[in-house]
Amino acid sequence: MSEKIPVTVLTGYLGAGKTTLLNRILSEPHGKKYAVIVNEFGEIGIDNDLVVNSDEEIFEMNNGCVCCTVRGDLIRIIEGLVRRKGKFDAIIVETTGLADPAPVAQTFFMDEAVGEKTRLDAVVTVADAKWLKDRLKDAPEAKNQIAFADVILLNKTDLVSEPELQEIEARIRGINPYAKLHRTQRSQIALAEVLDRKAFDLDRILDIEPDFLHNDGNGHDHHGHDHHHDHDHGHHHDHAPGQGQGHGHGGVKHYHDEHMQSVSIRTDKPLDPDKFFPWVQDLVAKDGPSILRSKGILSFKNDPERFVFQGVHMILDGDHQRPWKEGEARESRIVFIGRDLPEQRIREGFAACVA
Amino acid sequence: MSDTRSASSITARMRPVATGGASVVGLHFLGDQAAFVLGEEAILLVAPDGSVKRAAIHSGAILCAASAGTRLATGGDDGKIVIADAQGSHIVAAADEKKRWIDQIALGPDNAIAWSAGKTAYVRTGKGETRTFDAVSSVGGLAFAPKGFRLAVAHYNGVSLWFPNAKSKPDILTWKGSHLGVTFSPDGKFLVTAMQEPMLHGWRLADAKNMRMSGYAARIRSMAWTFDGDYLATGGSDQLILWPFHGKDGPMGKEPTLLSPHAARLVTVACHPKQDVVAAGFADGMVLLVRIGDAAEILVKKPSLVPVTAMAFSGDGKTFAFGCEDGEAGMVDLG
Repeated sequence: MSEKIPVTVLTGYLGAGKTTLLNRILSEPHGKKYAVIVNEFGEIGIDNDLVVNSDEEIFEMNNGCVCCTVRGDLIRIIEGLVRRKGKFDAIIVETTGLADPAPVAQTFFMDEAVGEKTRLDAVVTVADAKWLKDRLKDAPEAKNQIAFADVILLNKTDLVSEPELQEIEARIRGINPYAKLHRTQRSQIALAEVLDRKAFDLDRILDIEPDFLHNDGNGHDHHGHDHHHDHDHGHHHDHAPGQGQGHGHGGVKHYHDEHMQSVSIRTDKPLDPDKFFPWVQDLVAKDGPSILRSKGILSFKNDPERFVFQGVHMILDGDHQRPWKEGEARESRIVFIGRDLPEQRIREGFAACVA
Repeated sequence: MSDTRSASSITARMRPVATGGASVVGLHFLGDQAAFVLGEEAILLVAPDGSVKRAAIHSGAILCAASAGTRLATGGDDGKIVIADAQGSHIVAAADEKKRWIDQIALGPDNAIAWSAGKTAYVRTGKGETRTFDAVSSVGGLAFAPKGFRLAVAHYNGVSLWFPNAKSKPDILTWKGSHLGVTFSPDGKFLVTAMQEPMLHGWRLADAKNMRMSGYAARIRSMAWTFDGDYLATGGSDQLILWPFHGKDGPMGKEPTLLSPHAARLVTVACHPKQDVVAAGFADGMVLLVRIGDAAEILVKKPSLVPVTAMAFSGDGKTFAFGCEDGEAGMVDLG
């Protein structure tokens, strides 16, 4: 069978620089061809052979779940596009500035025909360094896009000062500590940082650490950004949520968004799969609307293999990934990013899954 | 799971059709010519003697096709609606002014043709007049009623029944969710849609009574009526699911007939024009002819791991043709 076509979703509030990034992707001499699905009210023109206009039709699924929505137009367009397979290597979906990325992502898991031919690669969010702080206050869509992202481009960094940048980065981290964060100007970035990320690929769930803990110093981000933390940032949300004010952790400010946050739990005690699966399924069934993304690496009792899962709202996708390695810490780790998460209940529920 | 069926086989009688590796997305018999609709640009017309004629009719993907008699209508991502005949002659019947994709197409009485682009459904009457109808969402399917000049337009949350020649507003059959394919029963008494969810929805048109037909594993991408209209044959499961439509209540309160269980998804169905025989094309490439009466099976094509994407019987029932996603295609004389 042929490889599935990767699909990158570009989100970002109006004017953040999505279209600039898109044109950059299309014009660089990478020798690849992209099919581009743009919304009808796109900001500026795109120069590409395969551009399809969409109207962002969001359809609810009749399965009793209010958060189970798909992009009907995307299903139709992808079914049409794959008839021209060989004419392009990947698909890029540009959403409107006000779009919720979830229906786009869910389309790839809910529709068999789409899932057979294509795979969701990553959600890339472009944010305006100057205006994001305001948008996080007045635009729930902007916050959603940050929370949902696998990759965030903090764009137009030339328009703000270094302290302002650090503050906005801290605010982004308060919502989504797991996305790869890049500082950019005019959406300038190495394309390998935004394309073919395999962010939804179970085989690629290697480790779940907040991104700022394993800054690889690749030159793109965190210039002059020093971390000297010796405490465990895996439990960064262990304390009561603040009200948007920063507080010091070894010199770097941390912000807690009032409504959007992440809950991360780890345990070195093996889990009981007969307790864990009913619990997590019940959790996403009940709290699916507020859980945007979830990920986990699990160590089950008497199971020589790592189990991994990832999810979008109510949809979970999981599998055994590989045998635990010799000497590897058999630790279970789960992360939820969402809105007003019932943190205490999640922690207690997870704790009860220990074998 | 190995397939241990003991069907009699006519695989040796299959005559391959060379498509050059182009996936086959539609199959229609125009008289005795088999029209293989390819995923891009062209149709192949195969004569009874096996000679093949290629006609390039679109400049991009062919997104939809419908046939009636010896007319074939196709819509493409080039925004064109093309009518072709059994000789491969073709004309552009219409073109979308914004070059939007032509998503759906249907042929109606008196040479009428219907198509849709996005939310707008169009009908070109036999007299050459064009009428439009804007649906609440993108059009998911189009079907002409077997009698009268009436078009069913499937969309989000229901189906609009539109009389293109009348000034009155369409009747709306409501059911929550996204309706994709749509088909009238041959007697015109029932309307069935394939939904985004793995289920069918139906209405008895006399009283708009709802019928839910569920139990599928996947979205139903192919359905066909048996020659006598007694059954609606459907894909979307790991077996052939046939809903009974004889009787005034249709399938209401009845169980479907389940035939030919297999280890792969049934993706394409086609019905014999004169007998209670259904062709079942699976996602693993196997093609079976299944007789409803006694569940007897004839193997037409062995599994090849590539989905069967189109099938058709000739009008006299003497020839059967199939095509696959990877371009494998063939014809069989059924005698």
